[in-house]
Amino acid sequence: MSDTTTAPAEIKLPKDLAAEKGMVNVQIDGVWHQFPRGTRMIEACRAVKVEVPHYCYHPKLSVPGNCRMCLVQMGMAPRPAPGQEPTRDENGYEPIGWMPRPVIACANTVAENMGIRTTGELVEKCRQGVMEFLLINHPLDCPICDQAGECRLQEFSVGFGKGASRFIDLKVKKPKNVDIGPRIRLDDERCIMCSRCIRFMEEVAGDPVLGFTQRGTHTTLTVHPGRRLDSNYSLNTADICPVGALTSNDFRFQMRVWFLKETKTIDMNCGTGTNIVVWTRENKIHRITPRQNDEVNSCWMPDSHRLNFHYIDSDARLTEPLLRSVNGAHNPITWSEAYAKIAQELQKFSATQIAVIASGRMTNEELYLAKQLTQQLGVTALSVVPRIGEADHLLVAADKNPNTTGAKLILQQADPSSQLNAVREGVRSGAISALISLGEDLISDAEFTADDLSKLSFHLHVNHSANPTASAANVVLPSSAFTEKRGSMVNLSGRLQRLNQATMPLGQAHDDWEILRDLIQVISKEKLSIPTIENVFKKLGEDVAEFSNMTLSRISDQGVVITETNYQIPLLANERASKAAGIING
Amino acid sequence: MDIALIVTIIIKIITLTFVVVLPLVPIAVYFERRFSAIIQDRVGPNRVGIPLTLFGFKKDWSFFGLIQPMADGVKLFLKEDFTPAHVRKAFYWMAPALTVAPALITLCVIPFGSDIKLPGMDPIRLVIADINVGPLFIFAIASLSVYGITLAGWSSNSKFPFIGGVRSTAQMISYEIALGLSIIPVLMYFGELNLTKIVQYQADHGWLLLPLWGHGEGALSLTSKLLFWIPAFISFVIFTISIFAETNRMPFDLPECETELVGGYHTEYSSMKFAMFFMGEYAAMVVGSALIITLFLGGWSAGFGLDAGIAKLSLGSFQIGGLIHLAIFLTKVIGFILFFILVRWTVPRFRYDQLMRLGWVIFFEAALINVFLAALVIASGSHKFTPAILSIGAVLLIVTTAAIVYVAKVSEPKTKVAGQ
Amino acid sequence: MAIIKLSRPKLTVGEKIYFGALIKGFFLTMKHAVASLRNKSRGAKDLASSGLGITMQYPEQRWDDHMPDYYRGAPTLVTDEQGRERCVSCQLCEFICPPKAIKIIPGEIPSDDPWAKVEKRPKEFEIDMIRCIYCGMCEEVCPEQAIYLRKDYLISGLNRAEMVHDKKKLYEIGGVRVGLVNKWNEIK
Repeated sequence: MSDTTTAPAEIKLPKDLAAEKGMVNVQIDGVWHQFPRGTRMIEACRAVKVEVPHYCYHPKLSVPGNCRMCLVQMGMAPRPAPGQEPTRDENGYEPIGWMPRPVIACANTVAENMGIRTTGELVEKCRQGVMEFLLINHPLDCPICDQAGECRLQEFSVGFGKGASRFIDLKVKKPKNVDIGPRIRLDDERCIMCSRCIRFMEEVAGDPVLGFTQRGTHTTLTVHPGRRLDSNYSLNTADICPVGALTSNDFRFQMRVWFLKETKTIDMNCGTGTNIVVWTRENKIHRITPRQNDEVNSCWMPDSHRLNFHYIDSDARLTEPLLRSVNGAHNPITWSEAYAKIAQELQKFSATQIAVIASGRMTNEELYLAKQLTQQLGVTALSVVPRIGEADHLLVAADKNPNTTGAKLILQQADPSSQLNAVREGVRSGAISALISLGEDLISDAEFTADDLSKLSFHLHVNHSANPTASAANVVLPSSAFTEKRGSMVNLSGRLQRLNQATMPLGQAHDDWEILRDLIQVISKEKLSIPTIENVFKKLGEDVAEFSNMTLSRISDQGVVITETNYQIPLLANERASKAAGIING
Repeated sequence: MDIALIVTIIIKIITLTFVVVLPLVPIAVYFERRFSAIIQDRVGPNRVGIPLTLFGFKKDWSFFGLIQPMADGVKLFLKEDFTPAHVRKAFYWMAPALTVAPALITLCVIPFGSDIKLPGMDPIRLVIADINVGPLFIFAIASLSVYGITLAGWSSNSKFPFIGGVRSTAQMISYEIALGLSIIPVLMYFGELNLTKIVQYQADHGWLLLPLWGHGEGALSLTSKLLFWIPAFISFVIFTISIFAETNRMPFDLPECETELVGGYHTEYSSMKFAMFFMGEYAAMVVGSALIITLFLGGWSAGFGLDAGIAKLSLGSFQIGGLIHLAIFLTKVIGFILFFILVRWTVPRFRYDQLMRLGWVIFFEAALINVFLAALVIASGSHKFTPAILSIGAVLLIVTTAAIVYVAKVSEPKTKVAGQ
Repeated sequence: MAIIKLSRPKLTVGEKIYFGALIKGFFLTMKHAVASLRNKSRGAKDLASSGLGITMQYPEQRWDDHMPDYYRGAPTLVTDEQGRERCVSCQLCEFICPPKAIKIIPGEIPSDDPWAKVEKRPKEFEIDMIRCIYCGMCEEVCPEQAIYLRKDYLISGLNRAEMVHDKKKLYEIGGVRVGLVNKWNEIK
């Protein structure tokens, strides 16, 4: 024994090499890999891009192991007889003794010298059998089911289904079209009892209202008596439902998913900056779903944020520049007329008479240009409108402005909204007689009154939708909603994230940054060389240290941390805790 | 000249051009469409007529679609006359007129029938200008029509018309030589350039291609006439084919072949300007047919010695024989137009090099030899030359022919033998 | 690829003179001319010739009796024996349609409808007959046997709007189709 340990030329065995790093060697479909100890087999396979079909397993949820779809064949090195040296191949791996029965990949963890087969006759037969059982009672209503096209059951039926049913008895009747919550519809016949929704509501949303009743083939998903699925996170159950049992009332029967174009962008309903996918067809947004980002929102998003997109194609949208006539009515004008009018009006005022109110909903680029605009005008009164609401214990932040951190960085103020009261007082006292309000409804959100605004000699309002402030403004310029623009924002935890354009601005509306650039151009009467928003970001990087050495295109889909804020997203804390406890693995 | 003569001439011009020949153009178009349809197992235009159902009748009156040409004309007339911005306007507008006018001018020497006699007047000849240089006049004027096409191609200032125009120029100039040479034996035979007299001679002594009656009285015997049938037929073939080429008809319609050149020289034309080209083509066809018939097929003559009797037919004091001859002439013309159409839908288009080769290497030489052959035949029938001289002439002709064929053969580009 | 060298066929003197072929051609064309005048053209009977050539005189004579069963005319929507509209607006036809002629706006069947359990039907269903190429892919792809290409071929209109068949028009042309699978009638 001492010979082997002391011999310097002795090559270390792979198991020892792996053990030094806390890893184990696992053979997946004939290829050896190393994984951290304690990894679940399904995660190990996913890590090396081997797809193991599954329904009930979800990386962010606990593992019940009840769908049996992820059955794989497993093998271990045979235990040597006492005193016998294990045989090894030329690479130092022991031969694998394959087990005659399959195991579920989701609930088992990897071990040293383990073998996993995700193909082969045994595995294929298992999958076929499981699929046949699952399809026994499943209705053939794919043509009307909203899940069709993104349905796991459909996909695996194509892969492993038999094509025809051998089941000759009547299918079990279960409740259909059940109203279980304000935003969710349940079809029990389609349910395959994976229990993902039950686990989500219990483990993530912390509102355990779902559960199974009955037994055997009659098992039925339902809500607890007297309760409804009305959590602000209920729509995530529709996302994770592998079949069409839970569907969103909002998206129900609106559009088939295969028509929809997916655009990765971020949500701007609160400071969390939830990563989302916008699903559009022909410039119409049909739904928004969360996008996985383990540093921001995991796989989830609140319903309130998810459904807040219908204003984007509403009738209230502004589609052309408007000029208020003497009698108070707004008449459409062209962009060049509008700019000329604005330049002419602003000339009448001294710098101290002008104030600019920006918005925490503006992107970094827009805030930067807004700052340039104030510098061009010589104005010092620049403020954003604070928007404080109620936080929940998960993803919704108290700060409803999505880009407060960005505003702090760009405006170089600890509190970018600090001047708002002064501006309001200035307007009331008449010290400020010209106001430029960018994307903020001052009357609803900034405690201005219609009387205050009527005191102004000139008021330019830039917004995407009509509102009381716009009705009071002299010139109204139509801008874009968040799905219509490209740009960047910094969320509360200091992560720089990119918005991508999913739809085109309506009518003649322009992108906000273009409006600001053109305003600067008409006021300064010189042409700026910023043809695209990339150039704006570049200039921003030159002026603000946090944004230097970056380009807009280089921000990855997961974002990048540019500043430390010590803000903790509560949901992520919960997730880390359950991961530490070994409940979840993803 | 007295007033009566001028009035008669004007009446003849108007009648023969606008009543006799110009209606032949739409009729030719109608026949073209109908005949080609029948050849291709189709129906062709059979619908346009008088919509009697609009006036409460039970059925429309379509009469085999004979009104179709009129409808076509109305359509072309009502279409937008569009002149592209890039054309040379003066030439662009002149070109269509330059194609139609020569075709119509050549009509003036064609004899349409024998004389008609009105009471108390001199006999009226059914020819506008009874000049003694008939065929030469026709060639002189007809060769002007190349200007129309060339100018159309050039002034359109676009590539396909230009290519069409260039092709047309080369083609028409080439074939005029064969055309001119091929007719020389005929003129030698008649010894005459006046078309009226040529037709009269054929009426009396048998058509050039059908010399079966009236021999003996004139200079030539039956043997001689039958012997001359050989050079006459060669002349006829060369002349007819050259007329096809001159009128840009299939299989020689390379200046406007739509598979290669879109529309050829008239690509940029629309409405009536296009219609003028269209008319010019068909008018040239009518004139060409008339000329062939006049020279080779007895013109207005009914043949078989009947003409003298027909000429004397009269209705009271009004000699109507001329009108009957006019009808015979038009029948022959229409028959020949049908032949034109049959050829168009039978023979595929020539390749351009084949076309030029045919004109320059085959027809030119053949027509040239044919002149000597005809001379030999005429000489042999005239008893003025001894058999010795005739045989020397025959030997010389054979040697010349052999030499020409040899030269033509060696001058051909050597084709590569397969496998080398 | 093997290179096959072809040589032009060697022509005999007779062929070179070309007149033989010409005359043969004249006979061929004239044969056709005579045959079509005698209504003996090949295929005249099958194609219901009007007596000259093989052409049918269209407005008076119609194709209708000669149309094969597989004729692909206007695409239509059909109802089943109980008058239920078979379409559930799955939008597969809209997806498959090569010229993008089909436009569907899905809608939910109200709960008081006798067929409420089907849940979904088209709120609007439009086929733009200017775009339609009569390929029949919509019929082939339909999982509910709801769309069929009928034998109607006389689709005409005075403007573009008239050429768009809406749901009403589609059901009007399509009518009832019996003897199909009726999966929604059974307990499922």
